[in-house]
Amino acid sequence: MKLKHLAGACVLGLTSFALSAPMAAAFCGFYVAKADTDLFNDASKVVLVRDDERTVITMASDYRGEASEFAMVVPVVDVPEREQINVANPGLVDHLDEYTAPRLVEYYDENPCMLARRNKSITVTSAGIPEMVMESAPMEAEDLGVTIEAEYEVGEYDILILSAEESDGLITWLNQENYRIPDGAEEVVGAYLKRGMKFFVAKVNLERHSGSSVLRPIQVAYEDENFMLPIRLGTVNAEGKQELFVFAITREGRVETTNYKTVKLPSNMDVPIFVKDEFGEFYKAMFEHQTEKENGKAVFMEYAWDMSWCDPCAANPLSASELRELGVMWLDEGPQDEIRPMPRPRPGFGGPQPVDAFVTRLHVRYDGQTFPEDLNFQVTGDRENYQGRYVLRHPWRGDYGQCEAAGEYAQTLVERWDTEADSLAKLTGWELDEIKQKMADGGFSAAAVGVTEPKPKRKWWQRLWGN
Amino acid sequence: MTGLFKAVNKDARHWQILALSGLFSISLTTSDFGAQPLALLAAITGAMFAQAVGTVWVNARKETRCARSGSYWRGSSLVAGVVGWFAGFQWKSALITSLSLSILLRANSIWFWLAAGFIGVSAKFLVRYRGKHLFNPACIGIVVVSLLGGSAAWVSPGQWGQAPIFAAFAIGFAALVLSSAKRLDIALGFLAGFAAMLFGRALYLGDPMTIPVHQLQSGALLVFAFFMITDPRSTPDSRIARLIFAFAVAAFAAWLSWEYHIRGAMLYALASLALLSPILDRLLPARRFEWTSTKGPQNEAQTPRGGVRPRPHIVRA
Repeated sequence: MKLKHLAGACVLGLTSFALSAPMAAAFCGFYVAKADTDLFNDASKVVLVRDDERTVITMASDYRGEASEFAMVVPVVDVPEREQINVANPGLVDHLDEYTAPRLVEYYDENPCMLARRNKSITVTSAGIPEMVMESAPMEAEDLGVTIEAEYEVGEYDILILSAEESDGLITWLNQENYRIPDGAEEVVGAYLKRGMKFFVAKVNLERHSGSSVLRPIQVAYEDENFMLPIRLGTVNAEGKQELFVFAITREGRVETTNYKTVKLPSNMDVPIFVKDEFGEFYKAMFEHQTEKENGKAVFMEYAWDMSWCDPCAANPLSASELRELGVMWLDEGPQDEIRPMPRPRPGFGGPQPVDAFVTRLHVRYDGQTFPEDLNFQVTGDRENYQGRYVLRHPWRGDYGQCEAAGEYAQTLVERWDTEADSLAKLTGWELDEIKQKMADGGFSAAAVGVTEPKPKRKWWQRLWGN
Repeated sequence: MTGLFKAVNKDARHWQILALSGLFSISLTTSDFGAQPLALLAAITGAMFAQAVGTVWVNARKETRCARSGSYWRGSSLVAGVVGWFAGFQWKSALITSLSLSILLRANSIWFWLAAGFIGVSAKFLVRYRGKHLFNPACIGIVVVSLLGGSAAWVSPGQWGQAPIFAAFAIGFAALVLSSAKRLDIALGFLAGFAAMLFGRALYLGDPMTIPVHQLQSGALLVFAFFMITDPRSTPDSRIARLIFAFAVAAFAAWLSWEYHIRGAMLYALASLALLSPILDRLLPARRFEWTSTKGPQNEAQTPRGGVRPRPHIVRA
């Protein structure tokens, strides 16, 4: 049996949002930046595991409101069987979120007077993410042309698979059942119905709900040749832009959108030290600014990596059992290492064991204007690793007059800080003057290192003979 | 200035090469997953090699035929030695194929571009019907390597931002108007057919018109419409037949992408409808297209059509 077009982002309603608590990377000691809690509002997190036509979708929610108010509505192409639906441990998606999040790395300069210079690096963690949006339906279903194709109880959820003749009837019925469908949803619902799609609707059964504040992610396993995620229902409620994170796990490599431009989030830049204290703000501002630069029409790739390892790690790689729970169905299947490039596990950075899985983290901010169509994906054979990584370089502090090298070092510091300020301004759109002021306040200015003003850069011939 | 224009205008392919180079640069500079110079080099290597082998093969066949018919003395058509063997070496066509390949095809190994260039141009020499090749070389190259390569070779239709796509459309359109290929009809026919299908579907589904408008902003669609389906060598000769062909490809492409969700469906549609072109040529015959606008020596590396070549007059004492 085939179940098509399952999707998560199209959940309707309110949102709360939470942030995965960043974990300190264990391997090099220092615990640096902690991301702020209110990073992105109205965010959904969807994990898509894809192998050929086999797909497992996990739709996570950090919904913190009343459980009775929670509901989700997702268009699907076929009626799933009971065994195709599951609820997952909420920690899974959080772990994946932490593992793939943009990260901050620190390096410490050593005393320039000592010849042997070596850099130490430290990792930090990162901006976590938010989650999913949900909400919570006396004419008879039949009179409205609505058919209940299946009815399941899965974990704390009551799940219905609905088909309908008309969008009006379906919406009326859903509203009667306390699913608050926003105005203007008729067209979108109608378009899905005309394509022969069904609707997967879930709400929490309070009798089976443990009372815990966290609702577990819903998973559905299905087969479909079309690799897509319906997002249009999410654009109906005009509460501004929606935030969506897609974590796509495949055997082959990176996943990209085929009907929207995929863009790498700018990465590997040196940024001023103060970013450490406001990494969440930085990430948010940067994402906002980069989105504007693409006129709001791009899908941002924040991470693409072989899941056997990481460097630096924002969180440990997922274990094989975690991957299996997320739906990675090929781990137990036959010989896997025929032609595939061997993963490169590194001591200290690797996971429990090498796994044949590649993750792509995509971040989309969308509304009906900028993203009129559902997201279409394709799996590519590109296994080039990419990560959102930002670097802090701590200067050496001491007497800059103790040797000639130290004096020159102080000069380079000033130049370096100018570059850092420039790149931060370019990344986030923040005012350059404010950045420089903030840096100066923290002791990162010419005055702070005793250089009255930066000397003009020496010409190459001046450096040549040392005069 | 006018001299330069005339020089470029002498051959329709000059405009195409200029325009495709522009598109290549746009893709290279504005996309994180865009065209790569190394891929272009690989495609050129593959395509030029196949073109060279093909040219020598065609010349050798010509030579044998002449020798057999006894109308030439042996060696007459190849007087200039190596230069003679390479007479009619169509490097411009091979370059156009390579540029299209590097703009449209993505792969995880450089060999795929090399293979696509080689396969595409080889098909030009090997798969022919009545002196015309059936497949557009870049199209068949991409289709074959992506079918063989699985996820290792793919087409990225969505990797053009909005501003680049408009610039690219302008360049493509200008090139087509300027070129003497007179193939604007098929490009516009295809675009109109495809757009009609997208808008029709949106109307049927009750979708907002922003959806088909968005779907038309695709880099792959653009390169396809302006530089592939317009290939005069693999499309029908008469205008009516060309329009029928364009609509057929548009309809088949739409069906493939709606029913089977194939990414880059246009390429598959064009490759599978290649046989339609000779059929339409038979039903609606018209004058064969030639690349160069001036009446020069006919040196396209194609199978000669019967004894058109003038016989040398041998005077004996």
